[in-house]
Amino acid sequence: MLDYDFMRTAFAAGTIVAVVCGAVGYFLVLRNLAFAGHALSHVGFAGATGAVLIDIAPLWGLLAFTLAAGVAMGVLGERLRGRDIAVGIVLSLSLGLGVLFLHFYTSHATQTVALLFGNVLGVSSANVWNLLGLAVVCLIALAVISRPLLFATIDPELAEAKGVSLRTISVLFLMVVGLAVAEATQVVGILLVFALMVGPAATAQRLSSHFRAALILSAALAVAETWLGIALAYETDWPPSFWITALSCLAYGLSYFASMPRAARAEAE
Amino acid sequence: MNAIELDHVTLARDGRTVLSRIDATVGAGEFVAVLGSNGSGKTTLLHAILGLIAPREGEIRVLGGPPKSAATAIGYLPQKRAAIADLPLRGWDFVASAVKGERWGWPAVGAQDRADVAAALKLVEATALADRAISRLSGGELQRLLLAKALLGRPKLLLLDEPLISLDPRFQFGAVALVRRVQKELGLTVLFTAHDLNPLLDSVDRVLYLGGGGAALGTVDEVVTGPVLSRLCDTPIEVLRIHGGIVVVAAHGELDHEAHRHDAHDA
Ligand SMILES: Nc1ncnc2c1ncn2[C@@H]1O[C@H](COP(=O)(O)OP(=O)(O)O)[C@@H](O)[C@H]1O
Ligand SMILES: [Mg+2]
Repeated sequence: MLDYDFMRTAFAAGTIVAVVCGAVGYFLVLRNLAFAGHALSHVGFAGATGAVLIDIAPLWGLLAFTLAAGVAMGVLGERLRGRDIAVGIVLSLSLGLGVLFLHFYTSHATQTVALLFGNVLGVSSANVWNLLGLAVVCLIALAVISRPLLFATIDPELAEAKGVSLRTISVLFLMVVGLAVAEATQVVGILLVFALMVGPAATAQRLSSHFRAALILSAALAVAETWLGIALAYETDWPPSFWITALSCLAYGLSYFASMPRAARAEAE
Repeated sequence: MNAIELDHVTLARDGRTVLSRIDATVGAGEFVAVLGSNGSGKTTLLHAILGLIAPREGEIRVLGGPPKSAATAIGYLPQKRAAIADLPLRGWDFVASAVKGERWGWPAVGAQDRADVAAALKLVEATALADRAISRLSGGELQRLLLAKALLGRPKLLLLDEPLISLDPRFQFGAVALVRRVQKELGLTVLFTAHDLNPLLDSVDRVLYLGGGGAALGTVDEVVTGPVLSRLCDTPIEVLRIHGGIVVVAAHGELDHEAHRHDAHDA
């Protein structure tokens, strides 16, 4: 299957995106922010479709919106807690706007499906270079903030006492998440970002409590699920996004079972 | 050199005065219990010593200088720590994350840092907890890791904010004894906030009692008496001594925070 250009491109794009999502997702899950990733991708939809409308690649519109939303979420921070309804209304407005923008764009059916559910087999080779560039920026940014990020995540009070600005860390991290979400949508689409950003990270954290090992495992799982998903899509002709989400879910389910204490497992059997 | 000097210090939160013109001097190597009911300003005082909030008036000197200059010589165990118990991380990473955690970059831990973490864990008898997940630890075990974290960086002054609060009474005495041993071993100055004085009775050198916006500092016998506390809190308070324990009772049938917590020393 690697004889085909589009398959080679799909594996390249999938690998880049999976590494980013697995690494960023680890911190996202550790910070209990899983749904922030979901929310950012929804906001990105309006950006992506708006970009199509003014003849820019959807990736850039999406990126602009996820980054802006990341900054807003970071700045508002605690004030967003318990504001589920306000947040939900903004998210649905964004999806609604996206639908409106698509309405003005003539050939929108395939575009929409690709945006919402991803189509890794349709990634152009030019786009792979964009993804790679974004991935490098994203991973460097993550590496630079990772030390105070880990400190602030584990013990915010102590970190603050030692001079870490929790607000700054939160804004910077959510910008990194915005970048990662924009990448993830290229593979699994806006609605399925959870599968790459949260699934592997949550699985890794169930399997290992060792910081570095779990972080690497998270990225490795994301890559494995993506590769296997693309391969299965090739064999079955089913959408890769389905396979990736299914594998992500399966891995999480298995980890749940594996990390159960032995006694509880015996009981379950 | 004194560890802490408070000179006519007034502290406010959100524009509301919490502590008003308090004076206190804590010498190096002292173990001081900071007592007072909820909202009396114990946490606020620790934050001021850490330099997180500036006094409205008066002066705070920590280890001979302004609070900020002493920040690296202070070990701190914060009161708020609700989210910690669910972390999917092992004890080692939990403690090591605080090593120079304020710096940018990748959280690599060098050989020296690793030795420091190991030493801190050993000091609080938590070496065996390094490989266990935080989420599987008991309250007392987690407490020891938090103490290990506060001991990183060789502090001279330890600020422990309500370390007993989530512990069963029977573990409270052990926790205090551990702090006392470490304090003696390293020659530290300790400020230990608590609701209940009883678990601390055998270990403290002096108590700093906060109430009614004021403070009283002295030995247990000097401060924890009816007349002193009544004057401080501006309400009639009686102090009862039973079985070597102390019960503080406020008037009008209202029990002070300690009255319903003395079960610990009855046992
Ligand atoms: N972060 C804060 N922001 C505003 N007010 C606070 C904050 N923390 C405490 N307070 C207020 O300051 C007063 C003293 O609180 P605190 O120092 O936490 O008391 P304690 O630790 O003795 O229970 C209380 O009235 C409390 O409501
Ligand atoms: Mg407090």
